[in-house]
Amino acid sequence: MDVPATLWDSFFDWSSMREALGDMVTTGLPNTLILSITSALIGTVLGLLLAMAGIARRRWLRWPARVYTDIFRGLPAVVTILLIGVGLSQPAMELWGPNPYPLGILALSLIATAYIGEIFRSGIQSVEAGQLEAARALGFSHAAAMALVIIPQGVRRVLPAWVNQLIALIKESSLVYFLGLAAGQRELFRIGQDAAANSGNQSALVLAGLFYLALTVPLTHLVNLVDRRLRHGRRRDGAGTDDGDMLLLTGGPPVPARGEEAR
Amino acid sequence: MSDEERTGPAAGGEPAFSPAGLTARDIHLSFGRTKVLRGVDLDVPPGGTACLIGPSGSGKSTFLRTINRLLEPDRGDILLDGVSVLDGDPDALRRQIGMVFQQFNLFPHMSVLRNLTLPLRRIRKLSADEAEETARRQLELVGLADKAGARPGSLSGGQQQRVAIARALAMRPRVMLFDEATSALDPELVKGVLGIMSDLSRQGMTMVVVTHEMGFAREVADTVAFLDRGVAVESGPPEQIFDAPRSPRLRRFLSDVL
Ligand SMILES: Nc1ncnc2c1ncn2[C@@H]1O[C@H](COP(=O)(O)OP(=O)(O)O)[C@@H](O)[C@H]1O
Ligand SMILES: [Mg+2]
Repeated sequence: MDVPATLWDSFFDWSSMREALGDMVTTGLPNTLILSITSALIGTVLGLLLAMAGIARRRWLRWPARVYTDIFRGLPAVVTILLIGVGLSQPAMELWGPNPYPLGILALSLIATAYIGEIFRSGIQSVEAGQLEAARALGFSHAAAMALVIIPQGVRRVLPAWVNQLIALIKESSLVYFLGLAAGQRELFRIGQDAAANSGNQSALVLAGLFYLALTVPLTHLVNLVDRRLRHGRRRDGAGTDDGDMLLLTGGPPVPARGEEAR
Repeated sequence: MSDEERTGPAAGGEPAFSPAGLTARDIHLSFGRTKVLRGVDLDVPPGGTACLIGPSGSGKSTFLRTINRLLEPDRGDILLDGVSVLDGDPDALRRQIGMVFQQFNLFPHMSVLRNLTLPLRRIRKLSADEAEETARRQLELVGLADKAGARPGSLSGGQQQRVAIARALAMRPRVMLFDEATSALDPELVKGVLGIMSDLSRQGMTMVVVTHEMGFAREVADTVAFLDRGVAVESGPPEQIFDAPRSPRLRRFLSDVL
């Protein structure tokens, strides 16, 4: 048997791929998406809170934020996932039975929180001091100035880095396999690995890789697109557009119309 | 007031503003161990215009920021119509005091119109329609009605500063503070902004203007105060300050800048 053909079969054996394809589409892909999207959402929300704590004027808020960031950015992801996923499995078992997803998502979210928090913090701190000054001078409270003026600008500036973090999450979601997954809980990597072990070649893992690329490569290009837009501004300004200068979490409810004249 | 002045920045449908008298008394302020203000006094009657001049680093911006309490003085008092403002709610105070900055500080992530309507809705609590109407009228008064939909970043410096002035005036302040409003502008754009400021002064707004434009100070100010190293070394009507300066420091400053 000649070497190139063997190599080719070990990575691109169509029948092994075809065999794994069904599980990947119906089980692996949805599970990977559940893991990464859920932890992306949680990590973004908590990351914003962490960023705000990190720039708070009160030291007792800043200091824990600093420590948290150092720990969860400093540990290898697999260590965090095992510590949380295995370490907390006893109480978790009582809460929701033998499902590793909640703890896996928790661990992924805590990691994402640390990175996204740093991303948001650097963005928010890059907003010129004059912006806060101008908002305060108009009569906005500190909280309103942050929510309406500072945070939207800061977050916008670091959207490319935030998308990068989503890419990292998609890849890191494969690490929950360390927690032990039942057949229906397997995500892309685990299905690829199982199929590869059965078939004796790596083709199913290559297929899993292609699935990851199908998710991450478009995001990579989205990063570039977002980056370009932020650099060159955009051209879609309508006069009264409300294009998200209110962030979900941070602003109070809009003030209802009252029409009283300040005198 | 003559007819052509009705087109000034504060004219139009809204009732004229009600300017407040402003007094600063013995203002002291330190950053850490650096004493930046060492007993500054200023008195501006309702509708008066005071210009602050002085070398860079003398404390002009710092002093201006104590007036609307962006900075809290260590000692001294700020009075609006004779009432101390240091005890009350700073946000309420700032609603009565408009401020214009050297770097404009428009909110770059919103349209020009929204730069005006956001504070109108949130702080003056106008309805969406009222806010938009007020904002458009105010933009018209600074000659920028056609820029309502633009992003601030797409405007020239002079246009941005006019928007910033419109944004401050839309809040119906009783005092306006200007911190080197034309210092960041290309020379050919300075005149338009100074024109709006002198119109506003002539219409009777109470104004405190930090400026390096000595021609403007001489022409528009009722009082000129010369600040040096945190002290108002000399103050008086422009003729006195510019034509008969008494202190050597002021004389040296004037010979440097004129
Ligand atoms: N936030 C600050 N912290 C420390 N020092 C400051 C701060 N703001 C201003 N200063 C110092 O105070 C002095 C006066 O500054 P400023 O009021 O900006 O002067 P001017 O506006 O007259 O040029 C300067 O020496 C400046 O370095
Ligand atoms: Mg200054």
